[in-house]
Amino acid sequence: MEVFKNPQNVGEIPDADGEGTLGNPKCGDVMKVQIKVEKDDKGKEVITDCKVQTFGCVAAIASSSTMTDMVIGKTVEEAKKLTNAEVAEELGGLPPVKMHCSNLSADALKKAIENYEKKRS
Amino acid sequence: MVEMKEVYLDNGATTMVDPLVVKAMQPLFSEIYGNASSLHHQGEAAKHKLNEAREAIAKAINAKFDELIFTSGGTESDNLAILGVASAHDKSLKDHIITSKIEHPAVLNTCKYLESLGYSVTYLDVDTEGFIDLDQLENSITDRTLLVSIIHGNNEIGTIQDVEAIGKICKKHGVLFHMDAVQSFTKTSIDVKKIDVDLISMSSHKIHGPKGVGALFVRKGTKIASVFKGGGHEFKLRPGTENVPGIVGFAKAVSLASSSHIKQMSKLRDKLIRSVLDEIPNTKLNGPKGDRRLCNNVNISFASLEGEALGAYLDIEGICTSTGSACSSQTLEPSHVLLSIGVSHEIANGTLRMTLSRFTKEEDIDYTIDALKRYVEKLRKMSPINTIIKKL
Ligand SMILES: Cc1ncc(COP(=O)(O)O)c(C=O)c1O
Repeated sequence: MEVFKNPQNVGEIPDADGEGTLGNPKCGDVMKVQIKVEKDDKGKEVITDCKVQTFGCVAAIASSSTMTDMVIGKTVEEAKKLTNAEVAEELGGLPPVKMHCSNLSADALKKAIENYEKKRS
Repeated sequence: MVEMKEVYLDNGATTMVDPLVVKAMQPLFSEIYGNASSLHHQGEAAKHKLNEAREAIAKAINAKFDELIFTSGGTESDNLAILGVASAHDKSLKDHIITSKIEHPAVLNTCKYLESLGYSVTYLDVDTEGFIDLDQLENSITDRTLLVSIIHGNNEIGTIQDVEAIGKICKKHGVLFHMDAVQSFTKTSIDVKKIDVDLISMSSHKIHGPKGVGALFVRKGTKIASVFKGGGHEFKLRPGTENVPGIVGFAKAVSLASSSHIKQMSKLRDKLIRSVLDEIPNTKLNGPKGDRRLCNNVNISFASLEGEALGAYLDIEGICTSTGSACSSQTLEPSHVLLSIGVSHEIANGTLRMTLSRFTKEEDIDYTIDALKRYVEKLRKMSPINTIIKKL
């Protein structure tokens, strides 16, 4: 799994506009997602950066990296629609027993977006 | 392309077949291929090879020729020992079995099966190093106890039980004693004249022999019945045409094992343990140190990372290991052995098992230590800071 060898967008954004941490009690995975949001020339809110820190297994690390790649450049509204299944599909599929790991990344992103919207309002 | 380095540290799972074993097996496929039960010269030749192999393996544990039953491996030997003894006894008199909480599934699930048939099973606790409590064992024996089944060398954490003491207790109370020696056979001395043991399970593929062959030592006079129904092979205890090539390979593998290998593996094991504990912070050895640990077993927990991910990074470097983490199992439950010695779920998930063989070289260990340092750091850096709370 290439993404696992070199996970993208690992780390922290010091001046993040939104962040969310999510843990999976069953296998102990924890994921922290941070986003940076800017308005484009049409006034739309676009995610310009997304970084993630992951404590977890191969599937969790790979899916968190894939999620960041999928979401950077998307508008906040588009990003909200990202589903766990889409992340898993982009990854090339996961065995059913591992689905819980990838579920984390889309959900953690949603938490980060919620946090951003709360801060903004 | 540069050839990838291969460091195989999963010898607890299975081992490379020694090329000398392959050579010894070769003639048994297309030259001496008779059924050992046949009376013609092909059958005679096969029978001769079978007898030679039985003699050699029996001798290795100081047993008699007719006390060794060949099976299809450790799992079958464990099943035959437990189910065979149970079915040969009157359940209305003897319906209690004692085992431990850290058995291999081959024993654990066989005991659970007997529970479903109405037997009662005591699962002995273990201490933080994986040793059973001999007093608890003795106190658990009742007049309904039939069998005590205890793993000799633990496959995950390497604990070697005091089987001489266990055997004495069993003998004193007239209870049969089975030991699963699949991991310990050839890695620590087993002498049936010194240990009061009635049944011993062994497996070929853990000792550089072929897969699908094993043996069960059955002390003369032990009441046991066959589990499979069929012909009269293996002293009427295990029907089925004998796997002569496999058995010959198994015997060759036994003959190639030596106590100098134990010393050599222990030395490398201790170097690996010492280097990891000294050079990587927040690490902990599971299982005992020194002579009471299998000479080839290393089991270490790394705080703040997932063992499955660490194993996957090592695999990229050509290093094969295994893990007790929940993520690597179908059930998403961490290892029952680690939980039994008091390791938390969280820490059990960050555990790696590295098992050596006589083919492991010092440079393999150095290479592994270097890779471990790099990837443990990488994974910990990836981890959100707030999860690095659990100090070891
Ligand atoms: C302690 C122990 N018992 C039994 C077995 C089963 O042996 P086999 O693979 O030969 O069936 C194993 C191997 O995994 C083992 O480690």
